[in-house]
Formats: sequence, C-alpha cells, structure tokens
Amino acid sequence: MTDIPAPRRIPDRLDKPLSSAIFSWEALLVVVAIAIFAINSFASPYFLDPYSLSDLTFNFTEKGLIAFAMALLIISGEIDLSVAAIIALASTMMGMAVQAGAGTPVLVLIGIVVGLGCGAFNGLLVTRLGLPSIVVTIGTMSLFRGTAFIILGDQAYKGYPESFAFFGQGYVWWVVSFELVLFLVAAVVYWFLLHRTSFGRRVFAIGNNPVAAQFSGVRVGRIKFILFCLTGLMSGIASVLITSRLGSTRPSIAQGYELEVITMVVLGGVSILGGAGSIVGVVLAAFIMGLVTFGLGLLNVPGIVMSIFIGLLLIIVIALPIVWRRLRGGR
Amino acid sequence: MKAFLKHREIWLLAAIVVLIGLISTRFPAFADPGNLRQVFNDTSILMILALGQMVIILTRSIDLSMASNLCFTGMVVAMLNAAHPAIPIPLLIVIALAVGLVLGAINGLLVWRLNIPSIVVTLGTLTIYRGATFVLSGGAWVNADKMSPEFIGFQRAAFLGIPVLSWIAILVIGLFFVVMTRTALGRSIYAIGVNPTASVYAGIDVGRTKFLVFCISGMIGGLCGYLWISRYVIASVEVANGYELNIIAACVIGGISIAGGIGSVGGAVLGALFLGIISNALPVINISPFWQMAISGSAIILAVVLNARGERQQGRIILRKAEAA
Repeated sequence: MTDIPAPRRIPDRLDKPLSSAIFSWEALLVVVAIAIFAINSFASPYFLDPYSLSDLTFNFTEKGLIAFAMALLIISGEIDLSVAAIIALASTMMGMAVQAGAGTPVLVLIGIVVGLGCGAFNGLLVTRLGLPSIVVTIGTMSLFRGTAFIILGDQAYKGYPESFAFFGQGYVWWVVSFELVLFLVAAVVYWFLLHRTSFGRRVFAIGNNPVAAQFSGVRVGRIKFILFCLTGLMSGIASVLITSRLGSTRPSIAQGYELEVITMVVLGGVSILGGAGSIVGVVLAAFIMGLVTFGLGLLNVPGIVMSIFIGLLLIIVIALPIVWRRLRGGR
Repeated sequence: MKAFLKHREIWLLAAIVVLIGLISTRFPAFADPGNLRQVFNDTSILMILALGQMVIILTRSIDLSMASNLCFTGMVVAMLNAAHPAIPIPLLIVIALAVGLVLGAINGLLVWRLNIPSIVVTLGTLTIYRGATFVLSGGAWVNADKMSPEFIGFQRAAFLGIPVLSWIAILVIGLFFVVMTRTALGRSIYAIGVNPTASVYAGIDVGRTKFLVFCISGMIGGLCGYLWISRYVIASVEVANGYELNIIAACVIGGISIAGGIGSVGGAVLGALFLGIISNALPVINISPFWQMAISGSAIILAVVLNARGERQQGRIILRKAEAA
C-alpha cells in the first residue's frame, strides 16, 4: 500500500465525468429512501396517510433550509457549527420584540436580520482575520447561545401574535405546509445558484483548490463571506419557522441542530473536505432523515434510539462506496 | 520554535494569574491555596479529556464522540457497580479503560482502514454511542443510592492532602508529558500534524498512528466515564451532553492549532484550567451562571485570534501575500 496522504486531500472529482460520479451517489440515496419508505409503509399502518406524510415534513424542513446554505459552505471548504446558536439568538431577539409589542412583519424581519448579522460576524472573523472556521464557529456558538442565556436565563418568551403562527403551523394548500413550500423553493434556488451560475462554479473551485482559485481571479474571501452570510440568513429564517411552530422561546431552543444539519449535508454526498457535492443529494438526505425519524416515531421508538439509526446511516452510506470500490479494485 | 511555544504558554499562564487576581479583588478567598486546590480538583476531568483530545487534534483529526463515549462507559461501570458491588474499584477502572478503548478503536479503524474523515466518523459515533447508552440502560438512571460507597468515595479519598481525583489528573498529565516529549510516538504525532506527506517518507505509518491516537482518546473518555459518574453520582443518557465542544474549547484556548502539529500538554492543561476557573468564579463574584457560556465563547474567539497571529509569523499562510499583491 502506497497511500501517501497529501497535506490536504483534494477530491478533484471535476476531471472525472462529473455527472456519472454524482449520479451514482444520488442513485444510492434514492434506493435508500425508497427502501425506508417501503419498510415504513409495511411497519406501520398509519404511515401511508396524507396527514401523516405531511407531519413527516416538519421533521426536516427547518434543518433542511439551513442544510442548503451549509452545503455550499462545506463545498467551499469551510463549516459553521453556530447555526443552532444563531437560531437561539434570533428567537430570543424576536421574543424581546414581542415583549415590546412588535407585530408579525417586524418579528420576521428581526429574525432574518439577526441571522444575517450573526452569519456576517462569522464571515468577518474567518475571511478578514483568516481564522479556521471550525474553531471560530465553536466560539461564536457559545457566544450566540450564551447571549440568549444571559437575556433569558431560565425564563421563556411567549405571547407571539396569532398571525405569526402561520409560518410554522400554516398550510398553503390541503396538507402542503408553508414550511414545505419554503423548503422546496429554497431547494430550487440553491440548486440554481450552485449548479447553474458562475458563483456556484467558483464555490466548487474554492473548495477544490483555494490557492488556484485565488490566482484564477476568484475573490475567495468575498465568496466565503457571502456563504457565511447565507448560512446565517437561512438560520434566521429557520428561527422564524421554529419559533412560530413552538410559539415560545427558550435559550435551549434547537439544541444540537448543528450536528444534524451537518449530518444531512454529509449524507447528501457533500465532501466534508470540500469541492464536491450537490443540492439534489442534500434534498434526498433531508427526506431520508425525515423518513427515518418519522417512521421510527410511528413505531414508538424513542428519539435517542433514532439517533443511532441516523449515525449508522451516516457511517454506512459513506463507507459503502469506499468498501465497494476497494473490493472491486481487488485490494 | 520551542522558545516560541514556551512563550505562548507563559502568556496563557499570565492570563490565568491576572484572572485569579481580578476575581480576588471581588472575592479575596478565591486565591486561597485551599480554594485553588478545589478548583484544580473540579477541573481535573476536563483537563484529562482535553489531553485526550489534544493528541487527536495534533494529527489534524477531531474526536466529537468523546463525551458520548464518557456517557456510555460511565453507564457501563455504574450498572456493573449497581449489580455487583463486590467488584473492586481498580478493576472497574480497568474495565472503563477497556470499554473506552474499544469505542475509540472503532473510530480509529474507520478513520484508518476506510479513510473516512474523522469529523464524519465521530459525528456518527457521537449519536450512536449516546443512543447505545439508552439501549443499554433502557432509559433508566443509576442513582447514588444504587452505587456502592467505595464507588463514590474512591476519588474523594485524600492522599497527602489532595483528593485521588487530582492525583489521577496529575498522573495523566505526567504520562502525556513523557509520551509527547520523550517517545517516538509523541514525535510522530507532531510530525503527522505538521506534514503528513513528509511523515510517510520519514517512515511513519500515518494511518496506524491515527488509529493509536483514537485508541488513546477512547481510553481517556472511558476513564473519565468512571470519574464523571462517581463525581456527580448519577448515570443517565444526558450525562455530559454537548460536552465534546467544551473539550475542544479547552484545547483551542490552550493554543492547540486545529490545523494540527502545534500544541503542548501544558497548553491543554492551562486551557482547561482557564475554563474551570471561570466556571468556579462566577457564582462567588455574584455573576449569574448564565453568563458562563458567552464568556467562554468570547475566550475561544480571543484565543484563536491571538494564536492565529502567532502562527502567521511562521509564514504558514502563503495565500496572504498573494492576496496583498
């Protein structure tokens, strides 16, 4: 075995036929999704019901919205662990505004602006000061959620206006929730952004080789900054949805979401080392995670046990192609 | 390089002394040797965990599953103790080390044999190990009244005026110091972090060494499983939930570079102590404990800004110049 690790492994899938490599990953995800769907339908008689399936979507829409922006960020070689803390801080700010008597439009604006601001703060630290994003966002994660704790302590904000409940609980048509529509719209927007614009190509270029991208005239710092802002923005939007769905704010809101979002992104085939991935994969991964948690929930499996399945799914789905390739390669 | 490293720890030490000084202006008894011993004892577990995480980070990896490993192993020893109180504590510690080792080895094998990035592997095992704790215990808690007096009392017994827990921490610190500075394993861990490619040419088996560091961090997680449970006398699925990030925070404040290859035993210990002092000081100077999270967050950001300035002096970042040009 002569596997010499490069200083930073560059998964340059771009010079292979890109479509075939990506397609096989998504094909795998589709198979997994269908399998889980089928198992669920057999395991529980309540599963194949439009209202059940509609409930199912709430399991992944909020995290999925963040996962789109996170996918772009991870493709560019950075990461943001502070997304759940941004949700907490934005939700706290919205709660404060409610106490001050703000109406629904102001609340939504505050949630989005706080999210954007937090993302910009992360982006500034990473791009201006050249700091490693994983450490910066561990720090800002404590800072953002810590600020929520300082403001709220062990209290909770309640009393959100009636009209505010629409975002997290409302339905656009029949069983199609507002959250699901937003998720699908965001999926299309991010798919277009990543796969059909020069911005998206630059994101891939940065992830594959930031130095080469820099010398090719790509403004690495600026694009990374924009990606951090986008991630913050999506976290702000998610915060509006969650706060609206729960109808209350505690500083511990959305605890641990960051790891679930990253799991979703990685499960979707985005290389954690940067430079490869697709939005379709992330959408499929979001569905799969929703299906697994909801299906197991119908079988009265406790949430903590579901997390075993998510963890196993993550490792197995990543390991499977590697093992398969190795067996085929005769090593 | 060596002088530079010393430099950084002296600064951290100075920061800690200033911190203690500031706290004692508000609450003079804080700087009392007896109280400082207490703070050290309170921070022992975090220090030990930070050392385990340090060897991982030095090789450019990360172990997010340490707190879950701690939780699982803690549950194993607590249930063993509840069911068979006759098992002597030293044997229980060996069992904890062994269980932790197995969990760490699983991480290590996946990283070594399948070449999956460590952050992905440990993100998965983070949830798996904690979930396994639930399956093992059926969601039940093991309370103080089910634990034997020896199980709870072992780490509290004083030896030469200092609790056994502190002695264990001192022992582990000494052990890590010897391994990191006086053995081939320690040197190869640094070498891999600085330049993995050159390490291969220097005859270091990078994969195997990574496997070994995951075994080390696993054993540390297991050891702390027993220490944590016997200290807080409750074993549940929620034990040390989210603590993995505190461990990494201690390392970052201690000047261990997330890019690998830079960091020392002293740094990890001081980083943990820094966090320990803050959490101990807040209640006595009448600041709401709710401030703690934001303060440690700010400390992390400040530490990483200062550390990055230090690293830049070595000319590690080539891109900066290109950007300026």
